[in-house]
Amino acid sequence: MIGLSHYMILSGLLFSIGLIGVLRRKNLLMLFFATEIMLNAANIAFAAASHYYGDLSGQMFAFFVIAVAASEVAVGLGLLIVLYKKNGSLDLDNLTVMKG
Amino acid sequence: MENLVYIALFAPLVGSLFAALFAMTPKNLITAFVTSGLLFVSWVASSSLLMYVMDHGTISVNMMEWIAAGNLTIDFGFQVDAITAVMMVVVTTVSTVVHVYSIGYMEHDKGFNRFFSYLSAFVFSMMILVMSDNFAGLFIGWEGVGVCSWLLIGFWYHKADVSTDVNPSISPSWAANEAFIVNRIADLAMLIGIFLIYWNVGSLNYDVFFAAIPSLENSLLVSIGIALFIGAMGKSAQFPLHTWLADAMEGPTPVSALIHAATMVTAGVYLVVRANPLYAEIPNVSLFIAYLGTFVAIFAASMALVNRDLKRIIAYSTLSQLGYMFAAAGLGAYWVALFHLAAHAFFKALLFLGAGNVMHAMHDELDIFKMGGLKKAMRGTYLYMGLASLALAGIFPLAGFFSKDTILEVAFNEHTYIIWFVLWITAGLTAFYSFRQVFLTFDGDERYKKETDAHPHEVQNFVLVAMAPLAILAIIFGFFMNPFKEFATTILPAYEMSEHTHHIAWILIIVTTLIAVSGIVLAYKKYANGLVRDEKMENSFIYKLLQNQYYIPKFYMEFIAKPYKEISDILWNKVDMKVVDATVDGIAKIIYFTGDKSRKMQTGNLSDYLNWMGVGAMLLIVITALSMSLS
Amino acid sequence: MEQIAFYLFSVLTIGLFLVTVLSNNVLYAMTSLAAGMVLISGFFFLLGADFLGVVQLVVYVGAVMALYSFGMMFFDATKDIKEKNTSSYLVFFLSGMIALTLVIMFSAPIMGENIIASYPIMAGATNPQAVGLVLFTKYLVPFEVAAVMLLVAMISGIILAGKKMDDSLTTKDENHEEDDTFSRKDIK
Repeated sequence: MIGLSHYMILSGLLFSIGLIGVLRRKNLLMLFFATEIMLNAANIAFAAASHYYGDLSGQMFAFFVIAVAASEVAVGLGLLIVLYKKNGSLDLDNLTVMKG
Repeated sequence: MENLVYIALFAPLVGSLFAALFAMTPKNLITAFVTSGLLFVSWVASSSLLMYVMDHGTISVNMMEWIAAGNLTIDFGFQVDAITAVMMVVVTTVSTVVHVYSIGYMEHDKGFNRFFSYLSAFVFSMMILVMSDNFAGLFIGWEGVGVCSWLLIGFWYHKADVSTDVNPSISPSWAANEAFIVNRIADLAMLIGIFLIYWNVGSLNYDVFFAAIPSLENSLLVSIGIALFIGAMGKSAQFPLHTWLADAMEGPTPVSALIHAATMVTAGVYLVVRANPLYAEIPNVSLFIAYLGTFVAIFAASMALVNRDLKRIIAYSTLSQLGYMFAAAGLGAYWVALFHLAAHAFFKALLFLGAGNVMHAMHDELDIFKMGGLKKAMRGTYLYMGLASLALAGIFPLAGFFSKDTILEVAFNEHTYIIWFVLWITAGLTAFYSFRQVFLTFDGDERYKKETDAHPHEVQNFVLVAMAPLAILAIIFGFFMNPFKEFATTILPAYEMSEHTHHIAWILIIVTTLIAVSGIVLAYKKYANGLVRDEKMENSFIYKLLQNQYYIPKFYMEFIAKPYKEISDILWNKVDMKVVDATVDGIAKIIYFTGDKSRKMQTGNLSDYLNWMGVGAMLLIVITALSMSLS
Repeated sequence: MEQIAFYLFSVLTIGLFLVTVLSNNVLYAMTSLAAGMVLISGFFFLLGADFLGVVQLVVYVGAVMALYSFGMMFFDATKDIKEKNTSSYLVFFLSGMIALTLVIMFSAPIMGENIIASYPIMAGATNPQAVGLVLFTKYLVPFEVAAVMLLVAMISGIILAGKKMDDSLTTKDENHEEDDTFSRKDIK
């Protein structure tokens, strides 16, 4: 029988995969992909909790997370385009203008 | 009547603040006139209060609630009863005279305005001290006069330090600090006494405390009495806290007259007199006070015998007379102590002001061995100082005769013959050293012509006129003894001589007068016809001992001040620098070091930041997991 | 049946996402991401959250991935990405630690078994009905706020991406000037 723990562990694993992407990649587009993975991992956890506790709140949260993710992509992609026009690259190593 | 109380109290404060406005500006006579005028107003108010209290009894005024914290309530209240009224009149009389005198004395001083500001501030503090109806107010005044005394002793703070061989008090600022620090030690004990009172009685009000005395344990009363008396010892310079008074003579002479002779140093006596219901309950402590006073009387007189410094001689005589007052108070004759206090204030202030005249004429030369024959140039001062010395020596019919004789009678009456004998001897010593000083200064050959380049001249006339009230009081005050006794004993316990003492009183008077006169005669024989120095005597052990003040200052220096400094040095170099400072510096260095290292984290590369965020996230999750598993 | 589906979906999702994260080719990464999203919607269906699964499909697989695809047109997607990856030791240590901790945490019996649902799933109603009821009653205000947020995101996305359309990334062509001014007016 699949329980809440299974889903939670799956969610944790997916989140870690997303984290690998966030930490490892230097390309901003790839970073966005990794972020999407992490958001989805959270969504699974929400949906699972909602299911196993019989409470709709979890689904609601997942719903709003999706809304946020959609907005984030819209704005983020616009920013990426501007950045690409400016620098001709999406590599973070070329973006060290804030060096202290 | 309430208004009179406020006028008497606050007129000096207003004067002081007014003079303080001009503190940084060059000499301005208006400050002197305003402060002196306001003090005269205060004197008028005090005198009217004295009259009023004589007719109607004690006045109590509650100005405001001062401290109200939880259970602690201290009112800013004033109470004018017989003791306070006497003190107020004495203080305002002497200080008014001293203010006027200072106009002449400080004529050429740069800090003229500042001086008057300090002087009036002192009078204000002294008024609070004597007028307060509770120990908290008394303590405020007590500290206030301490601060003013510090400011005034160190008035010429710019004088450099010299070695003790040249000047035993090193420098005015040194002397001021000594006075302040010694008083701090005594004040600590006094504070403890006040705390004990509050702790056990729940109020600092005199009346409440005195009413509660019968219900308190004897041991507690003894500790309170001792603690308060140690405070009194500091302020009144009793042994072993006496060293500061002689050094305090570094201040301007009017200050010595007002603070270190007439008023502030008598605050200790005032305290004992004020707390008479307490000391009446603890006869052992009282007897100790009497013996200590007696000891200080002869101890200080012996030091005065050989001293060559004009002001220091008078300072030691002050010390000696304070001893008389404590002896009287300790024996239970409080009104006699108060009477001697008032009489002494008048003639001692006169003596000091006369010494100030001499000093002025001799261009700050204080060595009486370098004077002599000044009576030609300074007839008025000679008269005043002679008069004051006669009063001090206790010659009929001057003020000192009555007060001192009464103290001796009290000592005889109490069957404490040791006290009587010592005080009797001291009376002879007093007469001797007073007139040794007078004769060396004013009579004999004119040594100053050889030794110094001074051209002595009499002071301005108004100064001499200003001193006249003190001279008159020194002459006539003794005749007010019986009215004074009646007035004072409305508050203080009446002290009656036994029948036996009454009968032999005239013998005592004759005996005392005899020794005083013989002291004067001896001084006259030895010094009036010029100074003959006796090398053999001056090199004798006792002479050296006395001249070096029994080596007590040296003892304090070697065994208290120097070890203290060494300990302080060790603490500073070892503990403070190597432990405390090093710790603080270490913390700063660690922060600086870590900051310098972690600065490299700021690469500006977003990816690195993300990595750091990952580290943080990992730590948070691990900590959460651990805390969950532990809970 | 459910178990089989769960484990199958899990393995596939993890594999696809790993491809996404580790691949050097943007197209591969994006394709595998889209596939992973579809599988995640499968989880939602498994969990009985039908509406959420549909939304996941529509928004993620439809809108978001389409957006990324259009975004790709601005970048050169055919080339492999050349980047200096962070040292993998650190990355795998951190992620591994987090994964391990999370796995340990979630393997332990989950606390709060007796939680009382504040919005219980209604009996008899289908999932979309239930979601609709809760969403438009209890969560109405957040819902509207989310709508406004999406609007704002849309406008900002258009403005950001639409700016300086005249500077074509591939060909610098002066002739398009008029067109661009026209389109910019439109946007405003």
